[in-house]
Amino acid sequence: MANKQVLVYKGFERFWHWMQAAFIMFLAFTGFEIHGAYSFLGFENAVRYHNITAYMLIGLVIFAIFWHLTTGEYRQYLPTFKNIMAQLDFYLFGIFRNAPHPTKKTLLSKLNPLQRLTYFFLKIVLIPATILSGLVYLFYRYPSRNAIDAINIGSLKPVAIVHTAGAILLVTFLVGHLYLITTGTTVTSNLKAMLTGYEELEEEEVVEKDGEKP
Amino acid sequence: MIRTFIVFGFAVLLAAVSVSLVAPRDMDKPLLMELKERYSRKHPPKVDHSKFEELNRTFSSPSEVTRECENCHNLTAQEVMKSSHWNWEREEYIPGRGIVYLGKKNAINNFCISGKGNEQSCGKCHIGYGIDSQGRGFTDSANIDCLVCHDNTETYAKAPEKAGAPLETLDLNNIAKSVGRPKRTNCGVCHFLGGGGNNVKHGDLETAMFEPDRALDIHMGVDSVNMQCVDCHRTERHNIAGKLYSLSSMNLKRISCEDCHTGTPHEKDILNEHTIKVSCQACHIPVYAKENATKVHWDWSTAGKLKNGEPYVEEDEMGNHKYMSIKGSFVWKKNLKPDYIWFNGTASHYLAGDKVVDPSKPVVLNQLFGSYSDEDSQVIPTKIHTAVQPFDPVNRTIIYPKLYAPEKGEGAFWKDFDWKTASAVGMKEAGLPFSGQVSFIETKMYWPVNHMVSAKEESARCEECHSRSDSRLAGLTDFYLPGRDRSPLVDIGGKWLLILTILGIAGHGSLRILVSLKGGRKEASDGE
Repeated sequence: MANKQVLVYKGFERFWHWMQAAFIMFLAFTGFEIHGAYSFLGFENAVRYHNITAYMLIGLVIFAIFWHLTTGEYRQYLPTFKNIMAQLDFYLFGIFRNAPHPTKKTLLSKLNPLQRLTYFFLKIVLIPATILSGLVYLFYRYPSRNAIDAINIGSLKPVAIVHTAGAILLVTFLVGHLYLITTGTTVTSNLKAMLTGYEELEEEEVVEKDGEKP
Repeated sequence: MIRTFIVFGFAVLLAAVSVSLVAPRDMDKPLLMELKERYSRKHPPKVDHSKFEELNRTFSSPSEVTRECENCHNLTAQEVMKSSHWNWEREEYIPGRGIVYLGKKNAINNFCISGKGNEQSCGKCHIGYGIDSQGRGFTDSANIDCLVCHDNTETYAKAPEKAGAPLETLDLNNIAKSVGRPKRTNCGVCHFLGGGGNNVKHGDLETAMFEPDRALDIHMGVDSVNMQCVDCHRTERHNIAGKLYSLSSMNLKRISCEDCHTGTPHEKDILNEHTIKVSCQACHIPVYAKENATKVHWDWSTAGKLKNGEPYVEEDEMGNHKYMSIKGSFVWKKNLKPDYIWFNGTASHYLAGDKVVDPSKPVVLNQLFGSYSDEDSQVIPTKIHTAVQPFDPVNRTIIYPKLYAPEKGEGAFWKDFDWKTASAVGMKEAGLPFSGQVSFIETKMYWPVNHMVSAKEESARCEECHSRSDSRLAGLTDFYLPGRDRSPLVDIGGKWLLILTILGIAGHGSLRILVSLKGGRKEASDGE
């Protein structure tokens, strides 16, 4: 089999990925200070930077949604249950026997079934829930300069609980994600691909659309 | 082309958001400058009273001065005689109780308990002469004490235990010629010394406020705007705005910071957002009793101890009375952090003869209403004064004791040191039933703290409330406060989720390392 360096992650995709990673990590760092877990920046600054970063993340997400819709790349995230057991089997057993990945990475399908499912959940449930609860948190009884425009809800508690739970799940995702980076063809191949955009893919898989194993 | 456009658009958006959020906006500076200018203006008198022939004479009694005032100000007595300063009572509406007439005349507190029956002594803080429990002195306009409020020589002083009459040594002629707009000293002589000593009652109103510096009070500081009491307590026809909820019940004629500073005085919107639920005072009076200590506890039950048959006084390390035979034991505190409560401007009061439902719990003498869910409520700072005071355990009523009398043998506690006779005489004068038995009951009063406003640099920091430990608002648990509160389920569940994830990764990762170390042999055996 001939291998070839292929541009898997395009410029905007990498930019989006790393910016989103940085924003989410900084939001978690400031957010858990606001939550009272530790004291580093001071509450006032933590809130200030948290809010600024939140607006920047929302801006980024809007561009990312636009990009995914216009390029059709959103299809990469549509969940499939095909081979999902095989993928689970690989992470639980195959990986220790140096077994090959059960699904092949191609340009049209660069995510494995577990990734698709996880990222789908992330993009459709977790990130929207965290961002929307964050927006309610921000604008809950929020006055503008000379008038008070309020979203009147009885208690901040449910909003805060959704926001905190979302944050904890995102951090958990981040931890798992960081580890699973190392499970590519080599330990660093996934990281390199996300940094440079290029990854070594099997040539015929690039050409064939549904790269079934012979 | 499209990519460049997207990246460019994104950069513009980022820049716009950052600039709009980070750039400082100084909207309130012009207002502050205007306020400083407005309240720095001098108040030149409209007339010079020293030029009036009528006042250039010797007065043999203070009432003669009053008559002379009335000769020109011939409708003013009607205004004064409608005021609570004169009547010692106000019409109040108490939610759930209806209309009551409440004031120093009949109220009960947990300091000197009540003025009733003790008018000779308490009359020192009445704007009249000759007050007594029969109500004499409330009806004759010649008894109005114009001078206590309008003396500008700062020499006028009331005599002790003379039912409101001034000292006999005063130069009434000089004082009458000086009259003008009331100064801090005029108000302070009663309001700073209420309860029988400096700063006994309020905690934020005391003799240091005669000439405060900026650090003590940003508004009244002589090195600041040097505001006088009446600058905020605006007065129209002797009807003075602003009142304290030790006696008031209605959300009427109050003064608020917002009157001048608006409801959104901060540069930062996030601080303005707080004003919906948090009063200005809550953050801007982070500490009170800054100069001298205030009384926080009064135990009447220890009163009456004598040394060699004589009453005595003990002082604490700050020089405040710790024990007085006539009054009992006190606790004084300085530099206090206020107690915070929800308050919507209405209150209820313990009224004469009210039955105490549960004498085992402290009786709140002025219940201030409010809660988080109440749209009219704000968090306000208060001083809580607790006491142990005489109680009739049979009738379950708080006792009005007779404290002061000129002579021994009239039943006054301060002369005879006997609770039973003092209670019997006091309750009779108050027209209340008394069983003959005296026990003691714990009581509590809330004194909203509104003065001793600090500079903005000194105001409470975010984390003083938004903190898990030692939050200023630790006592207000009926709402979710970010930084203070959390859901134990989410936090503990989340912690375990993270721990298990990390453990899983550690196990999985070490197994992979182990396998890859033995990798060579394994591949060989696979090949077989």
